[in-house]
This record gives sequence, structure tokens and C-alpha cells, in this order.
Amino acid sequence: MKDRRHALLELGLLAAAALLPFALQAIGEDYYIGFAARLAIFALAATSLNFVVGHGGMVAFGHAAFFGGGAYVVALLMQAGVVSAWLAWPAAVAAAALAALLIGALSLRTKGVYFIMITLAFAQMIYYSVISLQFAGGDDGLPLDARSSLAPFDLGNDRALYWVALALLAASLHALRRVAASRYGRALAGIRQNEARMEALGYPVFRLKLVCFVIGAALAGLAGALLANQNGLASPGQLYWTQSGMLLVMVILGGVGKRYGGVLGAIALLGLEEALGLVTGHSHFYVGLALLAVALFAPRGLAGLLERKA
Amino acid sequence: MSGLLEIAGLKRHFGGLWATNGVDLAVREGELHALIGPNGAGKTTLIHLISGALAPDAGTLRFAGADITRLGMHARVARGITRSYQITQVFPELSLLENVRLAVQARRRDFGSSFRFWRPASADFSMIEEAEEWLGRVGLAEQAGEHARDVSHGEQRALELAMALATRPRLLLLDEPMAGMGPEESEHMASLIASLKGTQTVLLVEHDMDIVFRLADRVSVLVAGRVVASDAPERVRDDPEVRRAYLGDEVQ
Repeated sequence: MKDRRHALLELGLLAAAALLPFALQAIGEDYYIGFAARLAIFALAATSLNFVVGHGGMVAFGHAAFFGGGAYVVALLMQAGVVSAWLAWPAAVAAAALAALLIGALSLRTKGVYFIMITLAFAQMIYYSVISLQFAGGDDGLPLDARSSLAPFDLGNDRALYWVALALLAASLHALRRVAASRYGRALAGIRQNEARMEALGYPVFRLKLVCFVIGAALAGLAGALLANQNGLASPGQLYWTQSGMLLVMVILGGVGKRYGGVLGAIALLGLEEALGLVTGHSHFYVGLALLAVALFAPRGLAGLLERKA
Repeated sequence: MSGLLEIAGLKRHFGGLWATNGVDLAVREGELHALIGPNGAGKTTLIHLISGALAPDAGTLRFAGADITRLGMHARVARGITRSYQITQVFPELSLLENVRLAVQARRRDFGSSFRFWRPASADFSMIEEAEEWLGRVGLAEQAGEHARDVSHGEQRALELAMALATRPRLLLLDEPMAGMGPEESEHMASLIASLKGTQTVLLVEHDMDIVFRLADRVSVLVAGRVVASDAPERVRDDPEVRRAYLGDEVQ
């Protein structure tokens, strides 16, 4: 009964989100359709990181490598003449997954703060490598001549891009929920609580965690492909450690391990920045205050706060 | 006289201390074999070496005829060596049923491994039924839905045993299963272990001499990293070297 109410509520929210562009057009705020697309993209990126942090129990501080990496794959392929999203986006996903397989295979031999440092180090290595590459645009980044071609759909306007991002976000959320309840997801839950015990039960803990890391990275690569299209640019800033930090902040703000933690965190952080930027012109200080308030009064994030109300 | 587990010349040191200093030990199929020894004799280190949590510096371990000296922990579990822990190691935020179900899932290669991403684990009824059976076996059927953190210490130890059994080991390593228990809980655990006799090969590390001499088919005595005696309980009890080295005034 409660499950059905939740499912209906989720469908209702998804429908409302899908209709949002019409509402924005009706009140003449077309600019915010692009902003909404950005929200959906960052929600996907934060959700992918939340799978690694919240389900896999791995505090990864290099997620920007996969997020920004996905953007660069799309931009580089476009430069090479590959315009089709059907080719470029899966390539971005595959490249992010492959990078995560290599980085994870090395990083997962460490734990805790060492894991944080080594994932950060790998991501920064990728950042510095990319800005030193002439053909990748160096410090300026790599602009896209046009958006990817998602024929038969036309991605030319912000509304279409928003819908595509929203659909991919919804599909990812659904898939990750299935995964969490599967044998694999239950095994991850065990590892999160007591890794040594899972090892003693005979679970291949290292491989299970590596797969989690790769899944998270692959989804981040997809989000990156979308971001390149939204910005019309793959920029080094998307690879920089501050981007990883921002995604982690979204996850913590929204709720670590919560189904909608990444979504709520992305909406809250980007929404705050946008709103405070309009009012005060300098948002960072107030965003910091908001973070402090969440840490003090809602340690399980916004999702935890909502759960308590429900 | 071939054993299920055969240990020869096993050594392991920590700094200058030889915690395991040339252990020879054989555990026969089907027996309840107790390992006793004074504090610091190296019992827990030996359990770590057998389970694969530690690698030896020298010596060999053979299990069911195969050399397992270089195998890691989960490879040994796959071959049938499962341990329970001295300190309770359950999953506190999961229900008792889910704790045992994870142990069942670990073993179930036949129904697909843990790299199954789509079908809900709760749809595998046979796994849940088997988990319920194991819980019933240790007397926890009633509490199946409770979180592991919410049940008593004795119940957590029983859960620990159910999880170890659910991996269907050929050799079960029990490291002080009565640790921290009151007399009643200890007695319950002792009867659970007694119920395994004949069907399950067990290597039991235990301090309570009373229980050891009551339950064990054979007893090995570890002193300063070496096995000084390995025999039937009565004979070990009367062994002059054992009495001198270890039992002292505990056995009159």
C-alpha cells in the first residue's frame, strides 16, 4: 500500500518534471529550461557518485575524471567528425568505465583516507594531462560545433535536451534501485557494513567493489556527455578536483546512500547558487552556511529530513 | 591416518615473536577437534593461518588432499573452510534473516553468483527458506525479522554460528564461540555445538575446559606456538607434559 503510494508519487513528480518546460515557457522564463537541463545532468552525476559512496561505501574524490572525461570524449569525437549521439555517448560511457576499471583496480587496494587521496591524485593526473594536450584545447577546453545528433530526435533546443537528460536520469534511478535490491546490491550492503566478514563468508569483495566503482563512473560518463552538449564545451574545469568536491557536497547535502540523495543535493546546491547569486551577487558564503546547517541539523541529508516528515 | 586438514611445520612470526612455531596438526573428517592452550599460546594466530586471513612464513596446509598454503581467504571458503569470529561479526543494520541469507548467497554458485544485477534478491525464495531453516536450527526462528544490533549478545553469537553453517563448510572453525556469554547462554551454545557432532567437522578453540572435555572427540594442546599433545580428551587430560605446561590446577 505504502509502496504503491510512493510509486504514484514518483510518477506524478516525473510527469510534473516533464511538463516543466511548458510552464516555464508560459511565464516567459525560457532561460530556466537550460538551467533545468543542467539540474537533471548534475542530478545524474551526483546520483552516480552516490552509488559509489552510499552503496559501495567508497568515498571517491575523483569523480570529476569520469564526469569531465565523458564530456571530453564527446567533444573529441565531434572534432573527429563523429556527430551521432548513438556512437559518441556510449563511447563516453565506455571510456569512463574503462578508466574506472584501471583507476579502481589500483585505488581499491587502499582504504579510507588513502583511497580518497589516491582517487584524487588519479583525477588530477588526468586533469593536468588533458590541459597539456594541444588537440584537446589546453586551458581553453574544447568547444562543440553543434549538439550531438540523436536522430530521429532533434536535440537542437534546450527543451529536447532537458527531456533527454530527465529520461536518462529517471532510467538510471530506476536501474540503480533494481540493482540495490538484487543479489549484487545486497552483497554491497554487506560489504558496506562489514567488509572483513563478507570476505570470510567467501565473497570476492575486491571485485564486487570494483564493479560498483565502474558502474558509478559509467553513469558519470553519460552525465558528462550530456553536460558537453548543454555547455557546448568540454572544459578543464569539469575535470578539476573542485568539480569532484562539488559532486561530493551534493551527495552529502542530499543524503548519502539515499535513493534521491543525489537529485536533492544537485537541486539544492545549484538552486541555492542560482538564487543567492541573483539576490546577493556572491553566493559561496551563503552556500557554505547552508552546508553547515545541513551538517548540524540534518546529518542524513535532505532525503533523511524528508523521510522523517513522511 | 590421513586428515581432512593436515598442517605441517607451520610457522609465523610477528617481529621477534614466533606466534606459530612449527605446528603439526591433523583434523579428521567428521570429528569435533578442540584446540586449547594458555593465553598467548597462538590459538587465534593459528585460526587466522588456517582461514587464510594470515599467510604463514613457513610450513604447509593441506585440505582434502590439496595444498592450500598460498590460497587467499575467499578461495579457502570456496573449498569449504569457514570460520566464525571471536568478536561478534554480524551485519548490525540487517535483519537476522538477511544476515544468514547473505551467507547462503555466498555459497550459491548453482543459482548464479553475486554478480546478478537485476532480479530482486527477495524473489529467490529458496535462499530465504534455507536461511530460515538455519535460523531455526540455532533457535532464532522467532527473531528472523529483527535487526542484528537489537538482539542479545548470546543471540548474536548463535546468529554467527548460523551464518557459518549456512556456507555449508567441510571444516568449521569456531573461535571461542562462548566468549562473553553467561552460563545459560554458554550451555545453549554448547548444546548447539553438540548437535553438530557426527555431521560436521569442527575445529573448536575454547577456554572452558569443562565444555571442551565434554564435547571434543580429540583435543590438541598448543603451548608457545607448538602442539605438545593431540589425542583423545582423557589421554590429553592425563598427559604429564600437558599438565605441567598448561592445565596446572584447573584439572584436579
